[in-house]
Amino acid sequence: MLRYTLKRLGAGLLTVYFIATATFLAMHFVPGDPIAGNKAMRPEIRQNLERKYGLDKPVSVQYVVFLRNMLHGDFGISFTQPNRLVNDIIKDHFPVSALLGVLALSVASIGGVLFGSLTAVVRGKLTDRTVMFFVILAVSVPSFVFAALAQQLAILANAGAGTTLLPVAGWGSLRHMLMPTLVLGLGTMAFLTRLMRSSMLEIVNQDYIRTAKAKGLPTHRVFFSHQLRNAILPVITVLGPSIAAITTGGFVVETVFSIPGLGRYFVQAVQQLDYTVIMGLTVFYGAFLVFMVILVDIIYGFIDPRISLAKAAS
Amino acid sequence: MTPRRLLALLALCFAGLAPLSAGAEPRTLKLLISSEPPQMNSAKATDQISGMLLGHLMEGLTRYGQNGELIAGIAESWHIDDQRASFQLRRGALWSDGKPVRAQDFVFGWRTVVDPKTASEYAFILYPLKNAEAINGGKLPPSALGVSAPDDHTLEIVFENPCGYFLGLTAFPTYLPLREDFYKSERYGADASDLLTNGPFNLTRWVHGASLTLDKNPQYWNADRIHVDRIEIPYITSDPNTAYNLFLDKKVDTLGISKENLDRAQADRLKMKAFADGSVWYMEFNFRQERVTRNYHLRKALQLVFDAKEYVSRVVGIPGTKVGVSLIPAWVPGVNGRFRVEFPLAPRKTDFAEAKRHLELARQELGGTIPPLVWLTDDGPAAGRQAEYFQYLFLTRLGIELRIDRQIFKQRLAKMTAGDFDIVSAGWGPDFADPMTYADLFTTWNDNNRGKYKSEKYDELIRKAQSTSDAPTRMSSMAAAEQVLLEDVGIVPMNERVIIYAHQPRVSGIVRHVVGPDPDYTWITLSD
Repeated sequence: MLRYTLKRLGAGLLTVYFIATATFLAMHFVPGDPIAGNKAMRPEIRQNLERKYGLDKPVSVQYVVFLRNMLHGDFGISFTQPNRLVNDIIKDHFPVSALLGVLALSVASIGGVLFGSLTAVVRGKLTDRTVMFFVILAVSVPSFVFAALAQQLAILANAGAGTTLLPVAGWGSLRHMLMPTLVLGLGTMAFLTRLMRSSMLEIVNQDYIRTAKAKGLPTHRVFFSHQLRNAILPVITVLGPSIAAITTGGFVVETVFSIPGLGRYFVQAVQQLDYTVIMGLTVFYGAFLVFMVILVDIIYGFIDPRISLAKAAS
Repeated sequence: MTPRRLLALLALCFAGLAPLSAGAEPRTLKLLISSEPPQMNSAKATDQISGMLLGHLMEGLTRYGQNGELIAGIAESWHIDDQRASFQLRRGALWSDGKPVRAQDFVFGWRTVVDPKTASEYAFILYPLKNAEAINGGKLPPSALGVSAPDDHTLEIVFENPCGYFLGLTAFPTYLPLREDFYKSERYGADASDLLTNGPFNLTRWVHGASLTLDKNPQYWNADRIHVDRIEIPYITSDPNTAYNLFLDKKVDTLGISKENLDRAQADRLKMKAFADGSVWYMEFNFRQERVTRNYHLRKALQLVFDAKEYVSRVVGIPGTKVGVSLIPAWVPGVNGRFRVEFPLAPRKTDFAEAKRHLELARQELGGTIPPLVWLTDDGPAAGRQAEYFQYLFLTRLGIELRIDRQIFKQRLAKMTAGDFDIVSAGWGPDFADPMTYADLFTTWNDNNRGKYKSEKYDELIRKAQSTSDAPTRMSSMAAAEQVLLEDVGIVPMNERVIIYAHQPRVSGIVRHVVGPDPDYTWITLSD
């Protein structure tokens, strides 16, 4: 087990190294000028800025400096917020994105498992069709549409009540988190519902379910101990990447609801060619994703005894 | 379920939660900003939002009054001539930690700006000072800068060249003071605790990406004129719909209205105001050797088919937008009144027959055919509409094909600098209230002259204007230079921008500045 974990972590580190290198190269080959401003720069001012960010050195030297600093956990200073460290940006804003992500994912997975199981049980009935209709809707409609609708609803509710029931935007209290959590979790919930439903339907016809029923086990025990436990495995598999995607992919929701998360900084950085922030955040996100996938693989072993990690490793 | 019942149910669901605001509130103005201020180190800040905040938190030698006029700030009186300037600082001006603002703080602040180690993008704005450019280029130490403090309340300045608009520069954020014992180059202005201020408000809280709180500074020398206790910025978002929704929900007091939200605002009967922000927008041609737009007749033909009036009403579509007629826009002051009134330009008319004649001449000179022209522009929706309008106009009127090259901001800048375009849709906003902020744009030595327009006559006239502080000479030289540029069709002015905004009825006295920190909330009163 330990060997397996170490091996996976080693491979993970290698992946992160490749991500870092690819980002570095991509960054230096995309057209555009990271230090250009609206007004043209005099040569001496440009030189001063290039010196400050080390852009006056050859790309190979910049690469070595970048890797060395990265090993020390230092991603440098932002180009667009020149007195903030990239590390500070991650430290200040990742927790917000993570909290929002965890909330959204909790809602999504609980809802997904619930609705998925429900629709599988009542397959073909009106409830199934109704839920599946909304599932298709939630998968196809982009989150900014739901966000805009939610805001309209909040305005109406607040105007009607004469006080703030639901904040239109902002961050801080539990109430602020409600709408963004639902909007962000909706797509994933719909996706998980479909996954859970098909997984449940596949298991219903398995031999061991028939055996359990034949043994005379009560329906709820068949459902919880055999069906649900087995059907949930594919959901757990996608949960790892989903955690990474949802905690990092909340850009739209963060912008619409004015939430100080990391996703916003990432997109702004890309738009403004903020080299250090792009590289720092990509490596950070990359490492986070790799770590989550490894973590899920390890958890997998605990949930499903059939999967022996040690054997897989050998 | 009726909507009322639904609301009642919702209210019930949230009854357990405490209300968001309670207790006796200070008189608070609530604002939204579109993006986080990148930093609040005045030596390095370049963007509009940092500038707006610094205008409320800091005070320089002078500042802008309610009507855009320069008024005394930390300086009480001054004397400026061609070679030098002297400012008398008021006694009683304090930093937020209670220490007095001294002339030495200006000396340190300005030396910091031109120090190459600071790498200030706006260092050039201090170049009228003796040795500033040489210091910024690393040729002299910062101590060689032409500014000194003979005592705590006197600031002496020596100029490199006469600078007729120097007083206006002293209200610019880059000219703000910094205190040496507090200043740490990398961290200064990164957080509320890393900033020392001396203006009408203090920055009491800054949660990055989320909110800022500015509280009235009771120690400000002119605190009596400030009628709000607090400016709260609880939202930072670039989404115009969210801004609009927050305004409707009365969570913010002001709202910038984009073209996309204009219809909605009209339907909601918002009381809108228009503000000409002083920026001028024009087509800029590429004069590089290999470009066909170097040909005068081609540019003239393009200019003759363009009707700025039609463009403003059909493409820009924002009420109040001024038709572009010149490089130097209507608001700019001249000798005694407005520059544009003192030096009027003959109205420009479309003339399709004349355009065809010029096109024919261009064809002959260019060897028979006109290749497709590259129109470089931004990636925003307005830029798209604009590009398509010109594509249609030039194709139908002249048979000239326009290839639209839409790029994100930084890449457009890179392409402009590299000369990778035939025509670029460009604009310019002023740094100070003098025609020179526009007039020297197309000199051969100006790096903003991205099309590499070159005219000896133009250069000479601008040099003449820059060598004196005599207003009539300066103004007439700049007017003549502008005439040269327009006759050469170096640019084709399109429009002067207007910004539409609204505010809640409880707010009055918002002052908008064409130059200087904008909007200015230091004059407002709140009616509740």
